[in-house]
Amino acid sequence: MAIITLREALRQALDEEMARDPNVVIMGEEVAQYDGAYKVTKGLLDKYGPDRVLDTPITELGFTGLGVGAAFGGIRPVVEWMTIQFGLLAIDQLINNATKYRYMSGGQFQVPLVIRGPNGPAEYLSSQHSQSFASYFVHVPGFKVVAPTTPYDAKGLLKSAIRDNNPVIFLESEMTYGHKGEVPEEEYLIPFGSADIKRPGKDVTIISFSKPVLMCLEAAEALAKEGIDAEVVDLRSLRPLDHETIYASVRKTNHCIVVDEAWPQCSVGSWVQSVIQKDCFDDLDAPVELVAGEDVPMPYNHRLELAVQPTVAKISSAVKRALYRS
Amino acid sequence: MAEKVFMIALSPTMEEGAILKWQKKVGDAVKMDDILCEVETDKASMEYVSSQEGVLLAIVKDVGASAKVGDTIAVIGEAGEDPAPLIAESAPSAKPPTSTQASASTPAPASAPVVTADTSTNGRTKSSPLARRIAAEKGLNVAEIPGSGPGGRVVKADVEGYTPAPAVKTSVPASSPLNNDRVPVSRKRGTIAKRLSESLFTAPHFFLTLGIEMDGLLAAREKLNEKRKDKLGLNAFLIKFLAEALKRHQALNASWEGDYIQNHASVDIAIAVAQPDGLITPVVRDCGSKGVLQIETELRDLIDRARNNQLKPDDYSGATFTISNLGSFGIEEFTAIINPPGAAILALGATIKTPVVAEDDSIVVKKIMKVTLSCDHRVIDGAVGAAFLTEFKGMVEDPYRVLL
Repeated sequence: MAIITLREALRQALDEEMARDPNVVIMGEEVAQYDGAYKVTKGLLDKYGPDRVLDTPITELGFTGLGVGAAFGGIRPVVEWMTIQFGLLAIDQLINNATKYRYMSGGQFQVPLVIRGPNGPAEYLSSQHSQSFASYFVHVPGFKVVAPTTPYDAKGLLKSAIRDNNPVIFLESEMTYGHKGEVPEEEYLIPFGSADIKRPGKDVTIISFSKPVLMCLEAAEALAKEGIDAEVVDLRSLRPLDHETIYASVRKTNHCIVVDEAWPQCSVGSWVQSVIQKDCFDDLDAPVELVAGEDVPMPYNHRLELAVQPTVAKISSAVKRALYRS
Repeated sequence: MAEKVFMIALSPTMEEGAILKWQKKVGDAVKMDDILCEVETDKASMEYVSSQEGVLLAIVKDVGASAKVGDTIAVIGEAGEDPAPLIAESAPSAKPPTSTQASASTPAPASAPVVTADTSTNGRTKSSPLARRIAAEKGLNVAEIPGSGPGGRVVKADVEGYTPAPAVKTSVPASSPLNNDRVPVSRKRGTIAKRLSESLFTAPHFFLTLGIEMDGLLAAREKLNEKRKDKLGLNAFLIKFLAEALKRHQALNASWEGDYIQNHASVDIAIAVAQPDGLITPVVRDCGSKGVLQIETELRDLIDRARNNQLKPDDYSGATFTISNLGSFGIEEFTAIINPPGAAILALGATIKTPVVAEDDSIVVKKIMKVTLSCDHRVIDGAVGAAFLTEFKGMVEDPYRVLL
């Protein structure tokens, strides 16, 4: 099996879907001639031409609205936001149009739109470019929201996203574009609403998604040396959520923490916490703790920037508290 | 203006009382000196006489409820007034003090902010949901399992590692007259336990025993009783002799008060009376200036009222000396625990025919009663106690000494 970067996995997914379906088009800032700000769309302009790979002006509201309209008309646009941070300008097009038309037209319209781009903090980007907005979208009925961690998941989920007839928010992470992993040669799809156990374990469940999953795996290895066998559950799909996999793990381990790099209040992590505490109440031996980003704007100072995010140390100590071993 | 009716101390040692019966209903007019309710105090049931006037607007403590001295038990005011605000005000005092409040004000270390959320206690056993489920499956009571989690939370490991203490057998053999019941401690039992523990654990007791020849006293009593319809009891005589002996030994009629010793001019002798729910010690006051007849009359009255649970606190508190007599059970001798505020108690055994070696070395049969004096060594030294006891013996054996 080939080992490729997550960036390449996304590119393969786009390439394969564009080859499969001529209605799939890409639009966004610098996606064509510059190959994309993070080089995800590399070579696609040459291969599919300017009618299907479009550079847009720096107008998020405008080109996102264009994508919504194109989707009404039967096109399957994949709109790249250079970062989800810039997408705040365009969120009205998504929430008031993309997520509503199927419902308000009684099913006459479909909106097969994919919005993709990096979400959450990277490094040295200060307060305005380091925010994790997953909950902004997960909050809204009508969206599907996915956030892969590995190249395998990224490829399989992006292909499913492009084939889905509903607006899908596809959240990437700037820090993991270079993350490598095995991806099979043959075609595969990963369905939405399916979490993945990245590391099986019996003592405690660590639930996360996107970049922090890698920290959770690192923490699990460190904890294993102390005799704690942690199971790491990667949600992959945030909406719909895979309750079955989450609950099965919690019912097995009886101890659970949730890791989300977003701010703690009303985050995806806090929602996962709440459903576990409701539905697994009698299986819990300790409160479900949330390891979140600190409740402050992102500092520019690099030490502080790292300090306010979830860390391996924070995850490990939360696990120990959940197991009464602190 | 509506006002609260507070529980008051209906006996000198009462800290708490239970309402036995309300004599007034809500809406009844209450006049000064009306009996409002009956209260079970630590020793007896007492009438609560109202010192307030008006209409009984609300009963805060229902029958059976217990109230600490100072707690609101009712509200009295003018007809039509709303007692609710006063009832609401009285509620917080009923709340048990939470010992964890002090620790909650200490700032928690920033590294462990979760701990602060776990410190509330209402006397409830904290346990994880899983621990409760496992405990229920195993038929264990989670409240009996020591918790190792934050704030004593019982967690899975605690339940799984718990071995219940060998249970008190709950099955009673069919033929057994006994049972395995848990008997609640009555207010009176609690008072007895508390006062006697305090006495034995704080007052260093020592014990002096001697035998007293009772032949003379018994013969004299028999002679006196021949012409009487109401027979005189032996206790009245013994109390009289004790009073005379005490008059000559101030140290035995005194109390330890910590930084001084309180002498008592009046000889107030209590006698332990058994009741089904625990003993009580009615007091014959000023025995030193009373004759045997008067002592006998008062003693009878007190014992009657004790058996009917009608003693008032004044009747059973403040004895300077106490006697306890188990002779009727055939007990030969025993030691008694001092009944505070007294500094000594005399335990009287049975009067038993005993072979005694006489002056001329002949063996004669005498009726001997063994008595044991328990003394508070903080007040009474051995020689002082011995001198007193010898004096008492001498008086019983040779009553003319009383005249000296």
